[in-house]
Amino acid sequence: MTPVITADHLTIRFGEVTAVNDVSFAIGKGELFGFLGPNGSGKTTIIKALCGLLAPSEGTGTILGMDIRRDAAEIKRHVGYMSQKFGLYEDLSVSENMGFYAGVYGMTGAQAKQRKEEILALTGLEPYLHRRVSVLSGGWKQRLALGCAIIHSPEVVFLDEPTAGIDPVARRSLWDLFFQLSGQGVTFFVTTHYMDEAERCGRVGYIYLSKLAALGTIEELQRLPEANPAGTSRVQIETADASMMLGSLREMEGVREATIFGRSIHALVETSEIERLHARFPQSTIETIEPSLEDVFVTLTYQIMKASR
Amino acid sequence: MKAQFYGFLPVCRKEFTHIVRDPGTLFFALLLPLVQLFLFGYAVDTNVRQLPTVVLDESHTQESRQLVERLAASDVFRLAMTVQSNEELYGAMRAGKARVGIKVPYDYARRLQDGTTATVLVLVDGSESSTAGQAVNASTGVALKESLGRLLGGGGVMPIEVRPSVLYNPSTRSANFFVPGLIAVLLQTMTILLIALSLVRERERGTLEQLTMTPVAPLGLMVGKMIPYGVLAFSELCVILTIMRYVFQVPIHGSVIVLLVMSLPFLLTVLGLGLVISTKAMTQAEAFQLSMGTVLPSVFLSGYIFLIDTMPAFFKVVSRIIPATYYIEILRGIILRGAGLKDLWVDGVVLTLMGCTTIMLAAWQFVRQKRG
Ligand SMILES: Nc1ncnc2c1ncn2[C@@H]1O[C@H](COP(=O)(O)OP(=O)(O)O)[C@@H](O)[C@H]1O
Ligand SMILES: [Mg+2]
Repeated sequence: MTPVITADHLTIRFGEVTAVNDVSFAIGKGELFGFLGPNGSGKTTIIKALCGLLAPSEGTGTILGMDIRRDAAEIKRHVGYMSQKFGLYEDLSVSENMGFYAGVYGMTGAQAKQRKEEILALTGLEPYLHRRVSVLSGGWKQRLALGCAIIHSPEVVFLDEPTAGIDPVARRSLWDLFFQLSGQGVTFFVTTHYMDEAERCGRVGYIYLSKLAALGTIEELQRLPEANPAGTSRVQIETADASMMLGSLREMEGVREATIFGRSIHALVETSEIERLHARFPQSTIETIEPSLEDVFVTLTYQIMKASR
Repeated sequence: MKAQFYGFLPVCRKEFTHIVRDPGTLFFALLLPLVQLFLFGYAVDTNVRQLPTVVLDESHTQESRQLVERLAASDVFRLAMTVQSNEELYGAMRAGKARVGIKVPYDYARRLQDGTTATVLVLVDGSESSTAGQAVNASTGVALKESLGRLLGGGGVMPIEVRPSVLYNPSTRSANFFVPGLIAVLLQTMTILLIALSLVRERERGTLEQLTMTPVAPLGLMVGKMIPYGVLAFSELCVILTIMRYVFQVPIHGSVIVLLVMSLPFLLTVLGLGLVISTKAMTQAEAFQLSMGTVLPSVFLSGYIFLIDTMPAFFKVVSRIIPATYYIEILRGIILRGAGLKDLWVDGVVLTLMGCTTIMLAAWQFVRQKRG
């Protein structure tokens, strides 16, 4: 299988700032790839480079086999891009926004009309067709933004934090839409800083301080040796008062990380110390677990922070 | 060639929709220049009232006393003082006791009786260094001469010298001189502001970034924006010309068609300037400031108020790179002198070149920014 999106030692600098540092990956057709990272880690910059909006400082990448340095103009026709801000005209109606983007991609007459109807059916925007965008809720705006981004039936879609600031129900239904399209063979590259969204993706990349810190399926990431250092175990501690316990737990020797997860605590402890834990907190149930995605990323982040110090 | 302008049609259509969607902006965009036209157009005439005047009557005759009385009786002048010598005359003006000095020479009565042309020297205070003050001076002078002409009109030809460093008026009416220049300034301000704001708004809202991901070419986007605002500016020009002709009674001596056609390269230039500004400004407030920054040079260095011939050499050169300079030459040429293409084609060519340059500059900036 030839990959649809590749990054090959991609490095992007803005003056002194290195926004993207030697990032490489390959994404196959129909994949829904999640790209997770804190603010300022370089997610948007990578997307812009892959879309041909920014020339990389070093390295390169391809979209559908086209080089991002040389074929930027051609890439645009095959790529849908939904930027972090709404790329919509608030004073125009839903229909006018779609009509404009259809026109911009060179669609006319019957072809544009048919595609608009497909998008309306897909996004459920039919009842709002003649409403101004300014009166739509965040969720509907994002559905329209997605609709406009895919109006030209692109094979690859880049979505930059598409669910930022919308309510959970709208968030879920937007993701349903992504899955529906990805099922039709459209390749998705979605950035987010929501852990639960990353968990939905087939494969996840984690970018931290401009570097790709991890990449793989959820299972692969959970088994990553860096996330499960030799001689340590990941444990879940059920207790009546997690917040009380956290402080004393963190001070114990052999406890590398501890964090509250709902009503329990997840901790990375040295396996030899588990007995002492049982002795120290006799009322609590302590069991070994697989790390969650968040555990993995937190462990990786600590390691990177320690290494860069 | 077509690829260079790809996408201009949908952009153009969308832009027209924006314009009609927001009638408030449209109304203000079109109305504001008209309000200014009336304000400035009338201000030129009404400003000259009760000017403190110093009179030096060297003639000491029946005729000269009559002239001074007539002047004093008019609303324009207020007789502040009479003096006996040139030194006193200049002294009074230097001291700011009078804004206008009128000198009736010793041979005034004799020349009137001879039937030769009598001369009255009118001095206008040009010492105020503030530019605003100078603007008032200029208009004052123009209107002054007109008023004098009217007052003395019955007595035959009455050429009156006005200090040329302050003003210059080829015609007898102030509106004739000022309104054509005003057209250039108003048209420029409105057009630059509208198009720059429209593009910067897209930058602020993030739609510009979205557009750069579509196949729309930079020139396509620019031309798509220029057509609607060009149409708007052209309609405004027609309205202004109509008002000039029928409200201010300024006759157009040349061909209206030639005037309209020769306005196109100027519109092209100011639209291009607006686009260049939009590539520099990150916010609408910045765009507003930059647009307003183009107004002052166009008012003071374009020949609108100060005659270019009398400017210091440096400003003469500067005036040559200001588009309004050429357009004002075209406007005055056609409206006041009845000039035609034959006389003004150089101005037209220069403006066309300026227009193409600004648009290319904007497109180049646009591509450069997009590439980071
Ligand atoms: N045009 C630019 N000029 C200078 N620095 C930039 C530019 N764009 C992004 N950066 C910097 O690059 C880093 C990564 O930014 P970005 O890709 O937007 O992060 P993210 O999308 O993950 O929040 C940030 O430190 C940001 O300040
Ligand atoms: Mg971002």
